[in-house]
Amino acid sequence: MSPFPRNQWYVAAYAHEVGRELFTRTVCGESVLLWRTEAGEVAAMADRCVHRRFPLSEAPSRLVGDTVVCGYHGFTYGADGVCTAVPGQARVPRTARLTTYPVKEQDSFVWVWIGEREKADEALIPRSPWLDSPGYTTVCGMEPLAARYGLLVDNLLDLSHETYLHGGYIGTPEVAETPITTEVDEAAGVVYVSRHMDDAACPPFYAKSTGIEGRITRWQDIEYHAPCLYLLHSRIAPVGAPGPNPDGTDPHAFHVEVVYAITPETEHSTHDFWAVARDFALEDQEVSDFLRENNRTVVLQDVVALDKLEQVIASEPAGAQELSINIDTGGLAARRILKRLVEAGAEAGAAGRQALTAS
Amino acid sequence: MNTSHPAPTAMLTGATVHRVVWVPGTDRLRGWCWCGTSHETEGPVELWEWLLAHPDTHPDTHADSSAGTGSGAHLSPADRSPTSAPRSARRRSES
Ligand code: FES
Ligand SMILES: [Fe+2]
Repeated sequence: MSPFPRNQWYVAAYAHEVGRELFTRTVCGESVLLWRTEAGEVAAMADRCVHRRFPLSEAPSRLVGDTVVCGYHGFTYGADGVCTAVPGQARVPRTARLTTYPVKEQDSFVWVWIGEREKADEALIPRSPWLDSPGYTTVCGMEPLAARYGLLVDNLLDLSHETYLHGGYIGTPEVAETPITTEVDEAAGVVYVSRHMDDAACPPFYAKSTGIEGRITRWQDIEYHAPCLYLLHSRIAPVGAPGPNPDGTDPHAFHVEVVYAITPETEHSTHDFWAVARDFALEDQEVSDFLRENNRTVVLQDVVALDKLEQVIASEPAGAQELSINIDTGGLAARRILKRLVEAGAEAGAAGRQALTAS
Repeated sequence: MNTSHPAPTAMLTGATVHRVVWVPGTDRLRGWCWCGTSHETEGPVELWEWLLAHPDTHPDTHADSSAGTGSGAHLSPADRSPTSAPRSARRRSES
């Protein structure tokens, strides 16, 4: 069984990574070739030539207009994946076509659908509108993680680890000390974990970016849309400042929207996309540089820890004993949802294959 | 029924949301089914077991009917929006 949920949307890239150069990224074990047509549309197709499987992202393969020319023997493909020319002969084999992926550019990400294409529905893609909203300034990056995606989901759903793994950056004692409230919509595949700290130390990440001196109210509201998108709504305000208004406006607080896309690469590696969008100091380059540098440092602290954890887990027999406590309430729900999505994707695949053999 | 739940205010808006609150001043967890029934335990494993088994006792069981569809194809687009969107309305005045 595939270790990944199939029939799901995944972030394959940032929109700015895909242009008029051939670009490749492995998503759920599938090598996806990404490029933009002259009209600016993103094309997504298998990164393996149908002839002898040469990677089309590899030089001297190249883009010529709106076609990809294989660098090995010259098979030429359009944006629809159909092969239009082969060397030496006029007839192009009817079956010469690359698998294409349903693709959607949205909220500064390029999403691809991994699974049966007739099930792809763009309305199912979870949103992160801040990332390209004029009301926010965003810094972002992507770190390769040599660990299975589930470890990153565990990590992000329980932020009490900030106190220990990210002390001096984003962690303060209050994070681990403050109880959480968890909500789970099993059917929608959404987990919400809320931690509201009334009176907390302000970690450097927020002190330096907001300019707040002294203690803060710090709200962390996590929304995980399985399998790929994770949102952390972070609200920071000086202690004693008024809360949000009933109409949703919140002029006395600073808001940071931290977004992760958790995209499985292989069974034991993950693309760790991270973005930090803020609604203050929009034009301040120093704040942008600071948040980018600092958040990347924090992400890398997780990467080092999870890479190590992966080695340990991979070396142990499956099902080694763990012990869950209150902080794991949301993480356990996420694991359960992911397990169900993996099974559902596998069942759908099996049913599809059966239908093919039957016909 | 969500109105009977303690603060912070319920965030997810689906018809079948489980809610788990860390009981103030204790190490215990209290979980609510969407039908309003609740249960208290020492830890999350036991609580999830109870919550997931519980819907067998009321008619609106989503657990098996829709769980198998996987991609959530039955969901309306609104369910994929962040709960707090649009946040632009609550932007802080630049100062
Ligand atoms: S491998 Fe691509 S043309 Fe031969
Ligand atoms: Fe972390």
